[in-house]
Amino acid sequence: MTEIFGVPVAVLLGQLLLGLINGSFYALLSLGLAIIFGMLNVINFAHGAFYMLGGFAAWFLLSRLGLGYWGTLLAAPIMVGALGVLVERLLLKRLYRMDHLYSLLLTFGIALMVEGLFRHIFGSAGMPYPVPPSLTGGINLGFIFLPLYRGWVIVISLVICILTWLAIERTKLGAYLRAATENPALVQAFGINVPLLLTLTYAFCVGLAGFAGALAAPLYQVSPGMGSSIIIVVFAVVVIGGMGSIGGAIVTALGLGIIEGLTKTFYPAASSIAVFVVMVLVILIRPSGLFNREA
Amino acid sequence: MLKCPPTAKSEKHTWEGHMAEAALLNVNNLEAWYGESHVLHGVSFDVRKGEVVTLIGRNGAGKTTTLRSLIGVVGKRRGTSLFKGVDLLNVAPHKVARMGIGYVPEERGIFSTLSVIENLMFPPAWQAGGMEIDEIYGLFPNLKGRDHTPGTRLSGGEQQMLAIGRILRTGADFILLDEPTEGIAPVIIDEIGAALRILKARGMTIILVEQNLRFAASVADRHFVLDQGKVVDEISNNALDANMDRLNRYLGV
Amino acid sequence: MGSATLSTSTPIASLQRTTGILLISAVAALMLCAPLLVYPLFLIKILCFVLFAAAFNLVLGYAGLLSFGHAAFFGGGAYIAAHAAKVWHLPFELAILAGTAFAAMIGLAFGALAIRRHGIYFAMITLALAQMVYFLAVQMPFTGGEDGIQAVPRGYLLGTVDLSNITAMYYTVLGGVAIGLLIIWRAVNSPFGHVLSAIRENEVRVTSLGLKPDQYKLIAFTLSAALSGFAGALKAIAFQLASLVDVTWHMSGEVILMTLLGGMGTLIGPIVGASIVVGLEHFLATSGLPITFIIGLFFVVCVMMFRRGLFGELKALLERPKS
Repeated sequence: MTEIFGVPVAVLLGQLLLGLINGSFYALLSLGLAIIFGMLNVINFAHGAFYMLGGFAAWFLLSRLGLGYWGTLLAAPIMVGALGVLVERLLLKRLYRMDHLYSLLLTFGIALMVEGLFRHIFGSAGMPYPVPPSLTGGINLGFIFLPLYRGWVIVISLVICILTWLAIERTKLGAYLRAATENPALVQAFGINVPLLLTLTYAFCVGLAGFAGALAAPLYQVSPGMGSSIIIVVFAVVVIGGMGSIGGAIVTALGLGIIEGLTKTFYPAASSIAVFVVMVLVILIRPSGLFNREA
Repeated sequence: MLKCPPTAKSEKHTWEGHMAEAALLNVNNLEAWYGESHVLHGVSFDVRKGEVVTLIGRNGAGKTTTLRSLIGVVGKRRGTSLFKGVDLLNVAPHKVARMGIGYVPEERGIFSTLSVIENLMFPPAWQAGGMEIDEIYGLFPNLKGRDHTPGTRLSGGEQQMLAIGRILRTGADFILLDEPTEGIAPVIIDEIGAALRILKARGMTIILVEQNLRFAASVADRHFVLDQGKVVDEISNNALDANMDRLNRYLGV
Repeated sequence: MGSATLSTSTPIASLQRTTGILLISAVAALMLCAPLLVYPLFLIKILCFVLFAAAFNLVLGYAGLLSFGHAAFFGGGAYIAAHAAKVWHLPFELAILAGTAFAAMIGLAFGALAIRRHGIYFAMITLALAQMVYFLAVQMPFTGGEDGIQAVPRGYLLGTVDLSNITAMYYTVLGGVAIGLLIIWRAVNSPFGHVLSAIRENEVRVTSLGLKPDQYKLIAFTLSAALSGFAGALKAIAFQLASLVDVTWHMSGEVILMTLLGGMGTLIGPIVGASIVVGLEHFLATSGLPITFIIGLFFVVCVMMFRRGLFGELKALLERPKS
């Protein structure tokens, strides 16, 4: 038994692995989007741009400053998070009291600015980024050869998603965040600095996107268009899962990555639209999304 | 009709005369806006340490807004409200609680995503001297054994107890209570009244917004009457019976 | 109460009407003479985007729905019209009609899906659906992939006027756009338009009056999609090209900017906004400056500083002393 519906098992597993990796990135990004939406009521269109910036920060630190892979993986998200602080404090903050649409349009504008600037400087081509020496090679799992770096991406993404989820569901800080999504004025009246909490939340989630970008660099190369091509898929993921539940966002993201991988195996032409087709089906069957608490 | 204002004025002078230096909170000519609408038009009153005062008045008189103005969750504010010598209008909203002011909102503000114990443990304790959890359970036995129930599954009365209880943990010694009896069963109202008298005996200072006069009279020292965004009268609790007609006229009963 | 409001608003309304008529006549005169002064193909581009932005404004400005996927209708209309003219050899009018009908069809489908969710989700769903159209345009054989459909024949207007004459093409597009704008103007000022505005203000109240907001939104969305497709079809025939540029999410964003910049919810705003953005891009194209960056900057500045748009701010400024 080495074939399923005419597809060799090894090919199928390989595509499933790729799907899981894509799903890991969707998870890191949609998790951040969902938290930002929950806390700030903002749809952060710039999330893809921050992902791209994370990739470029890693590339810059590695190729120009000679920082090692692990150093860049730590520094890139911090740099992106710092930029997030500026964006939140200088721009987003002033729009909280207005219609959500304005913050969406603002972050859309920011995304255009960032992408436009990087395209202007770097062109559309990708910058190569080597896999770190410590993570080259792979292991033979018997049924599949797993490149070490791919395994690392899946594991670390899952670990970070789960830690973030635990931090929100199980810690005091997480309780502040959950309460602030319900009634920010009251949380403030209890002596908690809600504006600071919002800034930090935004910086953290945007930093997560930057981390994802740095993590993706050795896999996909670093290019100015990498953010906008992923963000629209992530939006579809968020529509499918609904933004009411963080756990739901993670599960949906991984599941859709796998569906994409399967489509690539059995009907490659449809793989780029698979997620959107699922979205249409979900809207028809369960309009509020799979994991949404409110309608 | 013509007799009331002078009485109010003279009485107020007497109070200010011999107790002014002991005032813990001194609100002077406080104005407040929600967006474009001007809600408070110069509220003035004072609260002394260890005292329970009520703000009474019709719906829309500005009672809730007065409390919200003190903690800084309205739009624009003007005037002064000196608390322990610091003007609250200059204090950032998240720093008011750190001065020992606890706020129990009208809608109770129990967080639905948090369990009972999470709600109870939610506000940080900013001052020493806050109650222990067991003491709070002693005050409100209904809350005991409900730790892991989602906060908003409790009955209205229990939610009110939870809302008051979580403030007591913080060490706040100045409590703003907005209509704790609204929509609550009489038995629970009695329990809340008893709890407030215990808190008062422990030296806490309380501003109570109330529509229920009988309840107000059972706990308060003085009553301030609000009308159209201003304090229009002050009546001490001892003089309440004698001034019932006047009060009913204000309240439009 | 009712009569009081009426009596105070009448002079303003009549003033507005007079200035409106004057303005429209001036613009009409200008547009008729414009080919003498400006390169006609550039004017055609402006006209097509004016119609596109005005059609988009019907959804954003009047129905309060932020569609992030209008490029699908504009670009979709362009592809179908180009294909119809080039491969099916349909006459000019039928090619345009085919593009418009296609846009109306997918508009109906997308609208029916997206209206099931509100606010922010609406924007994300329309964006995702439009991206699906983009991927289809990349992959399907008839669209020509990266090259697009090139060398589309312009044909003859009513079988007689040769549209390969650029001036004839210009006046044809001018006529088409004028008809499109007229349809929008009629829709906005009809009872239908008033219900739309009421839905934007307070959907619950409209529902309580026994009306079905979703039906009104869907009709507005479909009409907007059809007119966007019409604009795209005109552009494809006039430029003899349908390409991927017209179906990208950047294009969906650009039409939002045009509307926002000019002033959403006004009839003139999108016209002003589209002219500025197209003019700006034309100027930037040869300057070597990063266009996307500057468009993004315009977005940020608009959202932060003049949310009512240029025309909206101007109107507010003029009306302030009276209120």
